[in-house]
Amino acid sequence: MAKLDSKVPKGPISEKWTNHKNNIRLVSPANKRQIDVIVVGTGLAGGSAAATLAELGYNVKSFCFQDSPRRAHSIAAQGGINAAKNYQGDGDSIHRLFYDTVKGGDYRSRESNVHRLAEVSANIIDQCVAQGVPFARDYGGLLDNRSFGGVLVSRTFYAKGQTGQQLLLGAYSAMNRQIARGKIKMFNRHEMMDVVLVDGKARGIITRNLINGKIERHSAHAVVIASGGYGNLFFLSTNAMGSNVSATWKIHKKGAYFANPCFTQIHPTCIPVSGDHQSKLTLMSESLRNDGRIWVPKTKEDAQAIREGKLNPTDLSEDKRDYYLERRYPAFGNLVPRDVASRAAKERCDIGFGVNKTGEAVFLDFAAAIVRYGKEKAHLKGLDEDDIKVVNELGKAAVKSKYGNLFQMYEKIVDENPYETPMMIYPAVHYTMGGTWVDYNLMTTIPGCFAIGEANFSDHGANRLGASALMQGLADGYFVLPYTIGDYLADDIRTGAISTDSKEFEEAENDVKQKIESLLKTKGNKTVDYYHKKLGKIIWNKCGMSRNADDLKQAIEEIKILREDFYANVLVPGSSDSFNEPLAKAIRVSDFLELGELFAKDALERKESCGGHFREEHQSKEGEALRDDENFTFVSAWEYKGNPSDAVLHKEQLNYENIELKTRSYK
Amino acid sequence: MKLTLKVWRQKNSKEKGKIESYDIDKISPDMSFLEMMDVLNEKLTIEGLDPVAFDHDCREGICGSCSMFINGEAHGPDRLVTTCQLHMRKFNDGETIYIEPFRAKTFPVIKDLVVDRSSFDRIQHAGGFISVNTSGNTQDANSIPIEKQKADNAFDAATCIGCGACVATCKNSSAMLFVSAKVSQYALLPQGKIEATDRVLNMVKQMDDEGFGNCTNTGACEVECPKGISLENIARLNREFIKAKINS
Repeated sequence: MAKLDSKVPKGPISEKWTNHKNNIRLVSPANKRQIDVIVVGTGLAGGSAAATLAELGYNVKSFCFQDSPRRAHSIAAQGGINAAKNYQGDGDSIHRLFYDTVKGGDYRSRESNVHRLAEVSANIIDQCVAQGVPFARDYGGLLDNRSFGGVLVSRTFYAKGQTGQQLLLGAYSAMNRQIARGKIKMFNRHEMMDVVLVDGKARGIITRNLINGKIERHSAHAVVIASGGYGNLFFLSTNAMGSNVSATWKIHKKGAYFANPCFTQIHPTCIPVSGDHQSKLTLMSESLRNDGRIWVPKTKEDAQAIREGKLNPTDLSEDKRDYYLERRYPAFGNLVPRDVASRAAKERCDIGFGVNKTGEAVFLDFAAAIVRYGKEKAHLKGLDEDDIKVVNELGKAAVKSKYGNLFQMYEKIVDENPYETPMMIYPAVHYTMGGTWVDYNLMTTIPGCFAIGEANFSDHGANRLGASALMQGLADGYFVLPYTIGDYLADDIRTGAISTDSKEFEEAENDVKQKIESLLKTKGNKTVDYYHKKLGKIIWNKCGMSRNADDLKQAIEEIKILREDFYANVLVPGSSDSFNEPLAKAIRVSDFLELGELFAKDALERKESCGGHFREEHQSKEGEALRDDENFTFVSAWEYKGNPSDAVLHKEQLNYENIELKTRSYK
Repeated sequence: MKLTLKVWRQKNSKEKGKIESYDIDKISPDMSFLEMMDVLNEKLTIEGLDPVAFDHDCREGICGSCSMFINGEAHGPDRLVTTCQLHMRKFNDGETIYIEPFRAKTFPVIKDLVVDRSSFDRIQHAGGFISVNTSGNTQDANSIPIEKQKADNAFDAATCIGCGACVATCKNSSAMLFVSAKVSQYALLPQGKIEATDRVLNMVKQMDDEGFGNCTNTGACEVECPKGISLENIARLNREFIKAKINS
């Protein structure tokens, strides 16, 4: 059994990473040419890692299930990327970014990893600009910044509401350069089906070619998992349809511990659910909270009138509105962290203040921002600042230039014009802080198997701050893994190519084939989506924004029953040797059906509220989360034992040597 | 809503395809086009028929996976949206809708509505990058100020999602809008100028080798582009290409 050793280097926190880099082993350029590395996933973490490893000289094999690496779901990230550049001169520093991230994560992340993240953050921006990523600039030609939730400085770099797209296309371009050189071999439309261990080390993977169904063996000296998060466990989330847990779940079943599975981010500003037909939810970037004000009516009567369409929100005067975030959290206002904003919206809606037909929506209003910007522009142009028409026109143009694509997206989906009437928003599942447990070197408990980006657990604790996912993905891929993986691979310079003819590869391949055939043979009467939706409902209702012991115990039982039903009655059409999306989905859902149970078990065992994990039994009189530092300042790392409910808990104690553990306050 | 769907069915790249007709009921105007396709596929699966294969992923208009030709238009009748962002409220009750794959010699059909767009990737391999290694020693991001207008124009070009609507729309199956978007992004930025000559020559050569047609300045690509990539980029591509030819 692998030991839970975080391998955090000794020394003062600000010197750990530098010292570690100076002391870990290197692989010479000539030897790198003899070493193969597999990277699964081509998002910000996987794409940047593949490109950088190839630049260094390793032979990289890169895999994605999409038809091109450019389509990985990082592409959909909107708001921005944090970096401690202090270009605004507003007091930002590496220490402050480190502190904000640890506090934002409600003191459940590993200090040393977060500090390293803050240290390399500035390099990411330099690297991306050198690659030609077109960040937003001001009129002086310098980079512009905006603010995100949970911080008091402006450190977020952005490219309109498409920052993830631009950063991913940057990483994709770096990959393309290496593909052209022959240093990355790219496998599109390939799904990882299992990891192969030889002598206890990760030495390859089994894949399925999604076009012709062919099962293939690929070997390497190390395997890097960069397959993203598992938000689709909830069925409805802001994740892409194909996002899945399968790669991380497969390595979990082969020995990688799964950490903090219940830590999920419910993002406060998404377009509300409108009906049963919905296949996914759409995020409205947190950046909108820079300028949008969140409110519900002060009285339930007005809320009801709005729900019934008898009252227009724009007709409700200021004194009849409850800007509840500004009321409850005057210091941070609309820019409180995501978990806090989400719970506050739920609290208002649960007691009857919701503003759409389903009663599950609050307003995000830009009227004040339009006037503010309009007056500013009118003043600049020497026009009349009291002319409402002029001010509105200029203000709308200013808002459009900042958030144009988001407003357009909203209008297309909801069929309402957000320049004229406030947006309606509600929390939705967006990101998973939990993931594969990794040590300081980003290696899992399987030697030679690494996990980076959203697929690992390390940097965000129990709640991720806005614009930190892009930062972590690129930090891991560009600046951390390429160093730390060398320390492991230094032992492999004389190993030579790994053969795929071994019994380990054969066994893994046969297991995969068997699983596929048994799914196809079941020929039941319910579709894969039927099960996915059912699972999503259990998880959302019983393990969602607030949790309690009874619900969680019920969820565990219900998921077990659902899983048995799935294997007895699922209907997967078609054959294994063709393009068969329902089959690919059935395999992904079968993994979600196992993860779901572990997810609920983890939430049940963590008898405290922290970050996105809110246990109803543990809250203050004001309804704020109550942490239990004495008993729960640890990472839950679960070891697979054949059944999700039999998983064994290992604890990594978290030591806070540089930041004092305090009750998080945004008041 | 009740609808009649005429859908292109093709088993794989080798067999011939044909249009099949399906009737579908209880479609809500608030559904996206792909959610309507989900309803169809659930129905086909339960009836023991093969569901319709189509590419899709993010369902928020940014990944560029979805690629349907709907009633003769790439991504359907709405403007500045991908198929996943097209909503059924744009159609009428009782309407017949024709759904085909993006058609081009360079985009061979894999199955039904799924096409192979790897030719786009190969064009990017030929020059869609700036040659800079990851070192941590790159110069400070603010050391070269970039005129806001140019940065904004570079961004507008860079928003191309690589869906291929431009190719599917063009009577010549030209990929000029796609290639020009990348060439423009880099041509407008100081970081991209060093390799500008080789980049444009190599990318255009790859585009020709793949078998994409030439531009005729019809402008249909710009109309159908879900991201509104401007035709000005093609003018810039031509300028860059001529400049490179003279210099090389």
